[in-house]
Amino acid sequence: MATTNSRALARLMLVPSVVLLLAWMLVPLCMTLYFSFLDYNLLSPGTEEFIGFMNYEFFLTDPAFFESFFNTLLLVGGVLLITLGGGIGLAILLDQAIWGRNYVRIMVLAPFFVMPTVSALVWKNMLMNPVNGLFAHFANWLGMTPIDFFAQIPLLSIIVIVSWQWLPFAALILLTAIQSLDREQLEAADLDGAGPFSKFYYIVLPHLSRAITAVILIETIFLLSIFAEILVTTSGGPGYASTNITYLIYTQSLLQFDVGGGSAGGIVAVIIANIVAIFLMRLIGKNLED
Amino acid sequence: MANNNSIKTKLIYTFIAWTISGLIFFPILWTLITSFKTEAEAISASPSLFMFDWTLENYEDVLARSPYFNHFWNSIVISIGSSILGLLIAIPAAWSMAFVQTKRTKNLLMWMLSTKMLPPVGVLIPIYLLFRDFGLLDTKVGLVIVMTLINLPIMVWMLYTYFREIPNEVLEAARMDGASIGEEILYVLLPIALPGIASTLLLNVILAWNEAFWTLILTAANAAPLTAFIASYSSPEGLFYAKLSAASAMAIVPILILGWFSQKQLVRGLSFGAVK
Repeated sequence: MATTNSRALARLMLVPSVVLLLAWMLVPLCMTLYFSFLDYNLLSPGTEEFIGFMNYEFFLTDPAFFESFFNTLLLVGGVLLITLGGGIGLAILLDQAIWGRNYVRIMVLAPFFVMPTVSALVWKNMLMNPVNGLFAHFANWLGMTPIDFFAQIPLLSIIVIVSWQWLPFAALILLTAIQSLDREQLEAADLDGAGPFSKFYYIVLPHLSRAITAVILIETIFLLSIFAEILVTTSGGPGYASTNITYLIYTQSLLQFDVGGGSAGGIVAVIIANIVAIFLMRLIGKNLED
Repeated sequence: MANNNSIKTKLIYTFIAWTISGLIFFPILWTLITSFKTEAEAISASPSLFMFDWTLENYEDVLARSPYFNHFWNSIVISIGSSILGLLIAIPAAWSMAFVQTKRTKNLLMWMLSTKMLPPVGVLIPIYLLFRDFGLLDTKVGLVIVMTLINLPIMVWMLYTYFREIPNEVLEAARMDGASIGEEILYVLLPIALPGIASTLLLNVILAWNEAFWTLILTAANAAPLTAFIASYSSPEGLFYAKLSAASAMAIVPILILGWFSQKQLVRGLSFGAVK
């Protein structure tokens, strides 16, 4: 009797979370879907018209879409490569016996807590500025011509900034995972005469595989939606050279007021994210069973 | 002999680790240092690390010329407000899923996680239009609502993993003694789970403080938190590095300190318990 009672109550306590999340997800998503079939511009209200898949056709055949899709891939892939490579290296390094490990860890972790607008502006002005930035001073000192980062290599510059922000996250997750490695296994490998590379390849890397998958999938979710770093550094330029899908949709919907086109883009972004999400859910679903 | 050798390796590793972490931390250190320079020194071609006339004038300037404290207050209200509101909604849900499990609990958790994966641009236009129609654009209330909703899945998940570690018997004992569900949560669960709840709160304050999509899009002058305030410094270059540094320092130092306290929770919360 009491159990039935508490079960009903338990269900009741779930209601606020479920209803809110359902509303947050479904209402706007349905509206986006609906708008994506309309010819709807905020500048000419009242003239909305059903135009079928026209918005999708325009969005998907626009050269800007290809460029930003490609940029999105480069941005996500580049940052993943740097943060995973650097993260594994840092995790192994911080796992060694060193003096002042806590201070080292605090310094490595710090960039993750810097808000995106601050890190983008600090890198843009104080480090990467072609005249007054520290890199330019350094290049001059070496007798080289300073690079105009955001004009010459805009996407790469953004990749560097974003990697700096996410390296701590990868390093911390991988360090946590590496610390649970069975030391006896490594000692046994030592006795068998295994070198550092075979130890890394056959023992450390397999042990880290789950954490690596987690880093890849979680970072991908966040990296697909990079926005502030692009807004304050290049505004997507020059041309579309550093525009990703998120930024393209933002310009289309809130700067050009094209609700229909922006919505079609939004739905495309949702589909891309879903493909990634399916893999992430599998990974975490497995974890729940343990 | 062997001991000597291991001290040598330790020394080498220590040197490498400090060098690399120093490089990673350098942009932040440089910002902090530059914030105490004059503008002329800040752009000097032979910049100095410590040997300059330390000054506080940039901080005074930033405070005098812009309503910094308004933005700071907005950040506080939005991040703490949304985290507390989120806890009030998430604690009952997490209690229910952790202690009264059904066949559907796992699916429900996965579904909550899936809402976190919805890219913000997918709902950008409707949210913007709804906010406009309900008069929520550029209001703190509007942002508290959005932050609560985007962080709710993380909160439920984190609380769930903490609650799962509390043995069911403890709660059953309270129930045997005739405690109501409300009393059970308030007097038995909350005190035991307090560290977990505190970490959940902390991580969410940090995430909301640094959120830079909705805060940039949904605010103008009134409700803009520090993320949006700093973005206004992205205007064309000029002699403003020292002031930019001072403003940046004031935006990141509070959360940097909080962040260092929450390292472990960060791993757990952001990996949704996949790595502990």
